[in-house]
Amino acid sequence: MRYAYYPGCSYHGTGKEYESSTHAVAKKLGMELVEIPDWSCCGATAAHGKSHLLNISLPARNLAIAEDMGIMDVTTGCAACYQQLAHANKRMTENKETREKVNKITGKEYKGTLKVKSLVEAIGTIDPELLKAQVVKPLSDLKVAAYYGCLLVRPPEITGFDDPENPMFMDNMMKLAGAQALDWAHKTECCGASLGVSNLDVAVRMINRILKAAVESGADCVVVACPFCHLNLDWHQKSVNKQLGTTYEMPVFYFTELLGLAMGISPDELGLKTHFTDTQKVLSLVG
Amino acid sequence: MELINLNQSIAKNAHFIEEIGIESGQPVQKCYQCGKCTAGCPVAFAMDYTPNQVIRMVQLGMKEDLLKSKTIWICASCSTCSTRCPCNVEIAHVMETLRIMAGRSGTAPAGKAKYVEVMYNALLSTVEKYGRTYEVGLVLQNNLKSGKLFNGAEMGLPMFQKGKLKLSPSKVKGAAEVARIFSEVRKMEGGV
Ligand code: SF4
Ligand code: SF4
Ligand code: SF4
Repeated sequence: MRYAYYPGCSYHGTGKEYESSTHAVAKKLGMELVEIPDWSCCGATAAHGKSHLLNISLPARNLAIAEDMGIMDVTTGCAACYQQLAHANKRMTENKETREKVNKITGKEYKGTLKVKSLVEAIGTIDPELLKAQVVKPLSDLKVAAYYGCLLVRPPEITGFDDPENPMFMDNMMKLAGAQALDWAHKTECCGASLGVSNLDVAVRMINRILKAAVESGADCVVVACPFCHLNLDWHQKSVNKQLGTTYEMPVFYFTELLGLAMGISPDELGLKTHFTDTQKVLSLVG
Repeated sequence: MELINLNQSIAKNAHFIEEIGIESGQPVQKCYQCGKCTAGCPVAFAMDYTPNQVIRMVQLGMKEDLLKSKTIWICASCSTCSTRCPCNVEIAHVMETLRIMAGRSGTAPAGKAKYVEVMYNALLSTVEKYGRTYEVGLVLQNNLKSGKLFNGAEMGLPMFQKGKLKLSPSKVKGAAEVARIFSEVRKMEGGV
């Protein structure tokens, strides 16, 4: 399967473990991720607060370039980028007037022929047998709380590939990797997204609710599919502890990191050494 | 909130009520105040008006109170409300429309709302310049403009040590094309 791949701005920075583990896992699965040449920011977390047109036009430039690559499907790991690309795609394919207006703004012709898929959907729709065949070190009995957050599964008119209240795609992948996917209450509760940057005192209360639910469910770790979710749950865990007097030490992994471990890819190649909350406890559990 | 004369407010702001309906594309008149949106809103605790109040205020034409509110900025756009509304009102989209309108009308947000606006502007200005987000630039700009000891300051060093902050921006070759997007949008709608 070939995909036009959109890395998103956090690919070499805050989300670099996601980037390296994504490529390592894709290689194992025979997925070809072809980077969209000279991609630019999709405007997530900011453009929607300024202008409807800007919010569609920033991702549209990337869609136009991707369409020229002659690949039918676009994928990205960042849930915020996915939301942006899928939203612009929907607005531009369902409304000719919007499409023409936006094409005029970008100076590029997007015809509206692409499908936008999140990385969770792209990997999650691979034949389960094929995925299982790659698992050489099953994550035996590792208890994971799969956290989807909001933008990956909502609003359903834009996302639509999984249930908006009780999504299962990541849970199923974790089961294939040998882990135990827990049933828990905060799968799709919002982590505060960019409030972690603008108003940390608000975000820590949101993050706290999610971590608390994960601990209560008995999870060894939380699994995410977005660099923003990771930043909030992993990095800001320290701020939660400091501001609210909690004592969380909950490792937070990208789903691609855990898939990679199960496939026998080395922790170094996956980028497991640059997390803020210690991952050693889990690494020793899975050997 | 002081006492308001609803008849006057609705008459005076009829245009606003219609405008929100058209610009957001949402059937705001259908809301019957069940409160489901607020029950599931993860940020309600930090808002000055809850999501169901916001929709009611739109119906009642309370334009000024809405455009000044903190809620429309602090809403995290998580779409929990939109997904659950029995009347199919995409409340998140109404919030977004109000935020954009507040910007257009020049209503200056205060406090927590201001921090959100400052972050939007810092992010977008780096995108306009480089074509991509530049995290260090963002941290610094945000610091200066919000005048708040931005949590990113304490965030910067450990991030850098883990190799998670690059000190120079990665510029897109087509940065001029991205800048053009901004200027074309400005031309079309005046603002940004
Ligand atoms: S949402 Fe983030 S990661 Fe995605 S392109 Fe924009 S700023 Fe970059
Ligand atoms: S959920 Fe919908 S109908 Fe219920 S109060 Fe909110 S907007 Fe109104
Ligand atoms: S989109 Fe905004 S108003 Fe709606 S539930 Fe999320 S934070 Fe609350």
